[in-house]
Amino acid sequence: MMTSQIRVELPFHLQTLSRTRSEIVVEVSGLVTADSVLDAIEARFPMLCGTIRDHVTKQRRPFLRYFACQQDLSHQPADMPLPEAIAAGAEPFIIWGALSGG
Amino acid sequence: MSGVRVLVGTKKGAFILSSDGKREKWDVAGPLFGGWSIYHMKGSPVDPNRIYASQCSDWFGQVIQRSSDGGITWEQPGGEPAPDMTSGLPPGASNRFVYEGNPGTHMWYDGTPHPWDFKRVWHLEPSLTDVDTVYAGVEDAALFRSTDGATTWKELPGLRDQQGSKWQPGAGGMALHTILLDPSNPLRIYVAISAAGAFRTDDGGITWKPINRGLKSKYLPDPNTEIGYCVHRLALHPSKPETVFMQLHWNIMRTDNAGEMWTNISGNLPTDFGFPIDVHPHEPETVYVIPITSDSEHFVHEGKLRVYRSRSGGTDWEALTNGLPQKDCYVNVLRDAMATDSLDQAGIYFGTSGGQVYVSPDGGDHWKAIVRDLPGVLSVEVQTIR
Repeated sequence: MMTSQIRVELPFHLQTLSRTRSEIVVEVSGLVTADSVLDAIEARFPMLCGTIRDHVTKQRRPFLRYFACQQDLSHQPADMPLPEAIAAGAEPFIIWGALSGG
Repeated sequence: MSGVRVLVGTKKGAFILSSDGKREKWDVAGPLFGGWSIYHMKGSPVDPNRIYASQCSDWFGQVIQRSSDGGITWEQPGGEPAPDMTSGLPPGASNRFVYEGNPGTHMWYDGTPHPWDFKRVWHLEPSLTDVDTVYAGVEDAALFRSTDGATTWKELPGLRDQQGSKWQPGAGGMALHTILLDPSNPLRIYVAISAAGAFRTDDGGITWKPINRGLKSKYLPDPNTEIGYCVHRLALHPSKPETVFMQLHWNIMRTDNAGEMWTNISGNLPTDFGFPIDVHPHEPETVYVIPITSDSEHFVHEGKLRVYRSRSGGTDWEALTNGLPQKDCYVNVLRDAMATDSLDQAGIYFGTSGGQVYVSPDGGDHWKAIVRDLPGVLSVEVQTIR
């Protein structure tokens, strides 16, 4: 099965939790989707389980968003392939906290 | 030499305030977990170096932190990078709080059924006898227990059998916020839930009963209902565990028979609305409360920050004001934000929504601020280090 090196940008608080920097790289086997990327993140950084998506339902947490290639991918099905540039490592998959407050 | 360690949870991080037994000079460490709400931190009575913390965020959910060196370093139990898959434990399970079975629904604000939904851990209560056993009171209200140092959690679902479908959130959510372990009976636990009431187990958490007889809440359709009370806080003295004091939404209450019947001890308080209540560590009939103006005005009464003390188990209360602001003060003090140390001359502590943490090293007679400008304080716990 083909594997891809996926670049992922984490928000500040998840960098702190996982003791990483802004961008990490995870290895994904097979189809590159939001689900498969998140599976890879949680396998390598188990402290992030539950912080991006629900433990049980796997639903994205409401105040988080997924971006890539200038697109908001938050509402597309999580098993849909991500843009080719993500799979090729040319662009990062960005996990971002919704901004609010004054 | 004896000393104290004050564990302060705030809306934007945790702080640890340390002093020797004189409690005059303080070291301030923090913020820990900056930017996250720290609902509660508490140390193990078995090993004071073991501290558990509830870290949460509307963005990233619930995280449990654990320290084994008195708060110097922290870890997420079971969350190590490159997890040991041979342990058989699911990775990243320390923040996994999943209700047992199908929890069904509870009642929403408008009286309609609403699915049970885990939101956060309000309170962590370490075991009195085992450093790796700790209880978690959560929103939506339920009690969880870990026996492996907070690595994995399992609900004690018998509690929700007590008419859980009729429980309803208070203004702050539907939270199990108080857990009292009976030091004389390891099978007895008291808990309190807003707005369901107080409950007790005598078999280690398998079965529960509501203990709300004698409570009165205006506007409840059935004045004798077993559940539906907005209990804000419970407290007991270890030497008299059948005597429990309660800050109800309105009214200060006490029971001398483990909750079978409650009596009103509000007495001469200027207002009997409030959140925290605590007991002197050496005097089981000396009780402290901090009255708040009303449920519509969550700030101290008349612009004066006053702790009230009863030395007679309630009813007769005296205002303690020495060192506290008595003019233009409009802070609140939340339910988990008062605590005591157990030094010979007992220290009383509380934190405010304005970010002050006050200490009285003489049982309430004199107060001073340890810190004045923290984020809003959610919780205060004290460890006496000997």
